[in-house]
Amino acid sequence: MIQFEYLSPSSVKQALGLLSPNWGDTEVLAGGTDLLGLMKDFVLTPKRVVNIKHVSGLEAIRSEGDGGARIGALVTLDRIVEAAHIRQNYPALAQTVADAASTQIRNMATIGGNLCQRPRCWYFRNGMGLLPKTPDGKSMVVEGDNRYHAIFGNEGPAYFVSPSTIVPLLIAYGARLRIAGADGERELALEKFFRIPGSDAEREHDLKPNELVTEILLPSAKGVRAANYEVRQKASFDWPLATAAVALRMNGSAVESARIVMGAVAPVPWVSQEAAQAIANKTINEQTASAAGAAAVSKARSLSHNNYKVKLAAVAVKRALLVAVGQTVPDLSTAQRGGGA
Amino acid sequence: MPAEDKYAYPPADERTYVGRRMGRVDGTAKSTGHAKYTYDYNAKGLLYGAFVRSPYAHARIKNINTSEAEKMSGVKAVEIVQKPGSEIYWAGDEVVAIAAVDEPTVRDAVRAVKVDYEQLPHLVIDSEEPPHNIPPDTSPLGLDDLEDMARNQVPTAQMVKEINERGITFKPEEAPLDRMPADIAKAVKSAKQKPAEKKPPAWYKPAAAETQGDADAAFQAPEVVISEGLYGLPVITHCCLETHGAVCEWTDSDHLLTHVSTQYISGIPGQMAEVVGIPAANIRQVQENIGGGFGSKFGPDRWGIYSAKLSKKAGGAPVKMMLSRAEELEVAGCRPSAYARVRVAAKKDGKLTAWDSFGWGTGGPGGGGSPPIPYLIRDRVPNYRIQWTAVVNNIGPARAWRAPNHPQACLITMAALDDLAHKLGMNPLEFFKKNIELTGPRANIYMDEFPVADELMGWSKRWHPRGDKTPGPIKRGLGMSMHTWGGRGHQSECDLTIQPDGSVTIKMGTQDLGTGTRTAILAVAADTLGLTPQQITLLYGDTRYPMSGGSGGSTTIGGVSSATRRASVDARDALFLKVAPVLGSTPEQLEVVKGQVRVKGQASKALSWKEACAKMGAVPINAHGKNLGGRDPLMNSGVGGVQMADVSVDTEAGIVKINKMVAVQDCGLVVSLETAESQCYGALIMGISYALFEEKVMDPTSGRMLNPNMEFYRLAGIGDIGELVVHMMVNKYDGRGVIGLGEPPVISPGAAISNAVANAIGVRVPMLPLTPARVLAALGEQKGENA
Amino acid sequence: MTTNNKSSGFSRRDFLKISSIAASVPLVAGPKVIEVAGQEVAVHGPGAVPVTLSVNGKRFNAELEPRVTLLDALREHFDVTGPKRVCDRAECGACTVLIDDRLVYSCTTLAIEAQGKEIVTAEGLGGGDRPHAVQSAFVNNDAQQCGFCTPGFTVAAKSFLDRNPHGHDAEIAHGLAGNLCRCGTYRGIHGVVAQMTGREPQGNAGTTMIASRATPSSKGDA
Ligand SMILES: Cc1cc2nc3c(=O)[nH]c(=O)nc-3n(C[C@H](O)[C@H](O)[C@H](O)COP(=O)(O)OP(=O)(O)OC[C@H]3O[C@@H](n4cnc5c(N)ncnc54)[C@H](O)[C@@H]3O)c2cc1C
Ligand code: FES
Ligand code: FES
Repeated sequence: MIQFEYLSPSSVKQALGLLSPNWGDTEVLAGGTDLLGLMKDFVLTPKRVVNIKHVSGLEAIRSEGDGGARIGALVTLDRIVEAAHIRQNYPALAQTVADAASTQIRNMATIGGNLCQRPRCWYFRNGMGLLPKTPDGKSMVVEGDNRYHAIFGNEGPAYFVSPSTIVPLLIAYGARLRIAGADGERELALEKFFRIPGSDAEREHDLKPNELVTEILLPSAKGVRAANYEVRQKASFDWPLATAAVALRMNGSAVESARIVMGAVAPVPWVSQEAAQAIANKTINEQTASAAGAAAVSKARSLSHNNYKVKLAAVAVKRALLVAVGQTVPDLSTAQRGGGA
Repeated sequence: MPAEDKYAYPPADERTYVGRRMGRVDGTAKSTGHAKYTYDYNAKGLLYGAFVRSPYAHARIKNINTSEAEKMSGVKAVEIVQKPGSEIYWAGDEVVAIAAVDEPTVRDAVRAVKVDYEQLPHLVIDSEEPPHNIPPDTSPLGLDDLEDMARNQVPTAQMVKEINERGITFKPEEAPLDRMPADIAKAVKSAKQKPAEKKPPAWYKPAAAETQGDADAAFQAPEVVISEGLYGLPVITHCCLETHGAVCEWTDSDHLLTHVSTQYISGIPGQMAEVVGIPAANIRQVQENIGGGFGSKFGPDRWGIYSAKLSKKAGGAPVKMMLSRAEELEVAGCRPSAYARVRVAAKKDGKLTAWDSFGWGTGGPGGGGSPPIPYLIRDRVPNYRIQWTAVVNNIGPARAWRAPNHPQACLITMAALDDLAHKLGMNPLEFFKKNIELTGPRANIYMDEFPVADELMGWSKRWHPRGDKTPGPIKRGLGMSMHTWGGRGHQSECDLTIQPDGSVTIKMGTQDLGTGTRTAILAVAADTLGLTPQQITLLYGDTRYPMSGGSGGSTTIGGVSSATRRASVDARDALFLKVAPVLGSTPEQLEVVKGQVRVKGQASKALSWKEACAKMGAVPINAHGKNLGGRDPLMNSGVGGVQMADVSVDTEAGIVKINKMVAVQDCGLVVSLETAESQCYGALIMGISYALFEEKVMDPTSGRMLNPNMEFYRLAGIGDIGELVVHMMVNKYDGRGVIGLGEPPVISPGAAISNAVANAIGVRVPMLPLTPARVLAALGEQKGENA
Repeated sequence: MTTNNKSSGFSRRDFLKISSIAASVPLVAGPKVIEVAGQEVAVHGPGAVPVTLSVNGKRFNAELEPRVTLLDALREHFDVTGPKRVCDRAECGACTVLIDDRLVYSCTTLAIEAQGKEIVTAEGLGGGDRPHAVQSAFVNNDAQQCGFCTPGFTVAAKSFLDRNPHGHDAEIAHGLAGNLCRCGTYRGIHGVVAQMTGREPQGNAGTTMIASRATPSSKGDA
């Protein structure tokens, strides 16, 4: 880490005032589980760090009258797991958050930081850039080892994958985001928050350097069957190779509408219309779920080393659908993955 | 009684500690965080050192500018490690060393140094098959070549052969003959001296083919069953949790105190003396605990040397130089890769007839040692042809990794034989039994171990032919493997003192890597003196104490146990001499039991230990124990072990899960049972880790390691291990003496797990680690997809 | 946690005009106070500032730059070396400590943020000079080899057991996944949890049929 000045504002307004309008000058520190690593590796070298943990008003989980929820940006992951309202109304979310990272990280990491965390791409983390280039201008990712890289949205120059294992499910639930900036607050659908950068000057989300994520709004999930399925090699504390989140509204035993979002497959959480269409008005069983998995990856385009991820994404979609309707899926160990309707 | 017999261990039922579970003596210090490691060494005025490292895998240094760093406040010393003009062979190699008042400052200073490089072409990928038509290098060997070979653990016999055939370019006196294995030193002394030849740099160094019998004829013989396959495992790292490093300080102008994190305390002064310019006797190395080594921590390395040099420049202040995790994984540990195309043949009844392999692998700039394939059976397979090409590349320097070359040889061999058993339609256990004579002197041990492993795993009840037929995507299978290792004790000495007040002190310059060395020493001494371990003080980890060899190659337990036993017996007998008259008996008639010195069989004629020692007068008893090396009957060499794995594979997601592993292990006389078992459990877990997860991933364009962290350099976690069962062959082979155990149990897991996966899914996954990508590719190929 | 130290007399109302942050960073140490959005906020660093930590019931003071992590403060400034630095990136758990009874990675916490809280490391887990029962169970189950991961693991295990008094295999696999061991002591750690929850350890207990433990009194440090 390079030297920096450190401030702990107590209000959103104050925090905003301390942030520079230019990326690189200042960084927001929440749980620090991502930011400090990036700073230690000199990927980020802010001259000022604004600790927002003492900012008031961002640490609550509130239940809405209709069963919806608002989660403050500073709520730590462990509190989401433990919150009765979340466990009752969004059981798949409680389970997914419980499966993220490790006990220690869940105790430290905030949900706001989770949405804003930077990609784990090993070129990026090793200081070669988010859109790394070889001396002759080719993509280092395309030329190099891209086993963990994107199979969607990889037309270039971005090939990294969106890291959060929680975000796809939040998007499937239809979450919205509140962001505070110099000009007041704005609200947008969570999926709109993520974007594929076209140049080194851009980041992978729609956040200005002097804005703060303040709150996540979850619409009521009454009547929604949701699940998240992660393909992870290790039993626990391991970045998944592909994930899928589904949220279904049912009409009897048939799917009325579906939101299917894949993670770790594209520079942004990847919403699959193809999979949703494949399952529309159908009863979910092994065949229809498989077909939805196949549809989900029909437009995937693998790089030199990540063809296997196409299969894994299809499996994740299929199994997430089956879990959502309460069917059992092959399971190597109970500790391995999240689920729950 | 023959002089040697008095040192022999008593039978199992007369021992209280040796061969039993007695608890790790240093356990509480470790679990409460009080145990101190090199990394924990804090002293007043401590400076922090760090290196400027090359970002390029292959380059020449053009220019170094340290002026800005030198101007920074807090920077205390700067040393150039490699001058302009030097060639760099791997990314992360050390270029400049700096010491400063604290770590943030030194890291700032490192970033302030400017180095210009001329980039040179690099190669970091090694899995591609090298051309088959490169003639072997027959040019005479330089000292560098020998060093490369030694670093890569090229077997002694092979080195001798090459020295004899190729000759040498240097005078034998120029070689460090005293540090070489005797056979190699002998070969060097008698080698032909030739002028050096200018060798063009080459990525591939093939060795001459080795043959026995007539392999081609054997493969063409009628009625043989032939199996072919590709097998391999990549370069992995040691990933010691305590990174490599050292703290050095000059206590006066010509005395150096070092705390190198090392597996070889006694060896540090000798390895540092010349470079730091003082006699070895003026160097004192101290280390209480070490946080992992696994073969990678024998020398002082650049960090040891440069912490001493920086300390000198900074007026003697202690300089702590510990590697960061990224540095550790990039430069401080690399197990050579090994890949091979193998053909094996057997008669229809399962009798193995021929082996033919073309293999390659890398240990970085030095090439790579050839693993001893076909493993276990090499000396006895009637026909073989073995070809090996060392890949010389820029992946980083190899270091010995727990059982050097053996896990590689074991995987390639046991997987090939398992595939052959499948082709023969045989249960692998039956196949191995059928060919057991090929394993030579340890055949009987394996035959003793098979039924134990069979029972603990339920092999015979549960084994099925390849391809689990259970419906659904989860497939389950069993696999097995066998291994051996030398493990004769190294040279080791022990001073044991009994004071008139009854206190007992042992001094040994050894180290405890967590293998339980301290516990074992105290077990031996306590048993011999009839005391509890708590009644004995063990002073260790310091070059002021009698020397002990390096803890590598499973040589420690044999070495220290024999030295301790000998010192303890001699001290005890000296005490008997003094006490016998008091008890009205003769020394031969005395024994020590539970803190008493007594006349054998006469419980009433006894003195407490304290009373007995009081009879010594004012002079303490001092005994020096030294083992007898190769002719010491208290220790031996050559263990046998059998392992079995039970896995489940999710064939849709390509994920392998360990359900259970069984290790049945012999190591002669077990000294400390609990820590021996822990060695085996640990080895199984380390084996699971390299079988499923570990790989040093290199970027072809930048030549850098992409996963120098613990996030994508994956280690098995607590949820990845399944049920582990360890069975030590206790009390069965006590007569063979004590044999080392550190390496053997880590050799087989890769092979056993790979075989279990093949048994589950019906197809071989050729390469470790068994990642979803590889498992799915193998399944795809089986189905005829082009994965 | 921010200390108002107006004596430095540094106050800037129009912070938004600060386009170049570097220019706004005076090189004098000690917290200064600036006013932002009508409220005061202290500026710490970039140089060393006074930091006070409460570790295992003792207070420690040091002058630290804001970039110093809690782990480095403990180890290098206060000689509390139970927490180890292994990955320094929130990946391995060797640096695990409790902050106000929450299990965290000290390598990924700034020392300056840990002020005013109770920090407990392996050394303080037992509350005094005695080992905590969990730490004794680590010895009993030989859940340690080189011991470098062990202090962090004992803290994690204690916290896990507080929250999962009946922790079973699947919960262990999940709850203790944040700690890695290279020597391979996980089986012993399963034994620790089994012992503390009053269960029989899963699976075969090793070479049990043949050799029993020596007298229990032989346990512990020599
Ligand atoms: C080893 C490891 C494993 C992990 N595994 C998983 C996993 O399985 N699944 C998963 O989802 N995540 C995983 N993570 C990521 C982890 O969840 C995130 O690091 C964490 O959620 C980030 O939250 P934080 O509060 O610590 O953020 P910080 O590190 O403080 O901040 C992260 C980024 O977000 C910005 N930021 C934070 N809060 C705000 C805000 N309110 N407004 C604007 N910007 C903000 C910061 O400036 C910074 O750029 C893992 C991390 C590690 C280190
Ligand atoms: S050192 Fe903190 S998690 Fe590894
Ligand atoms: S005991 Fe050595 S790392 Fe765990």
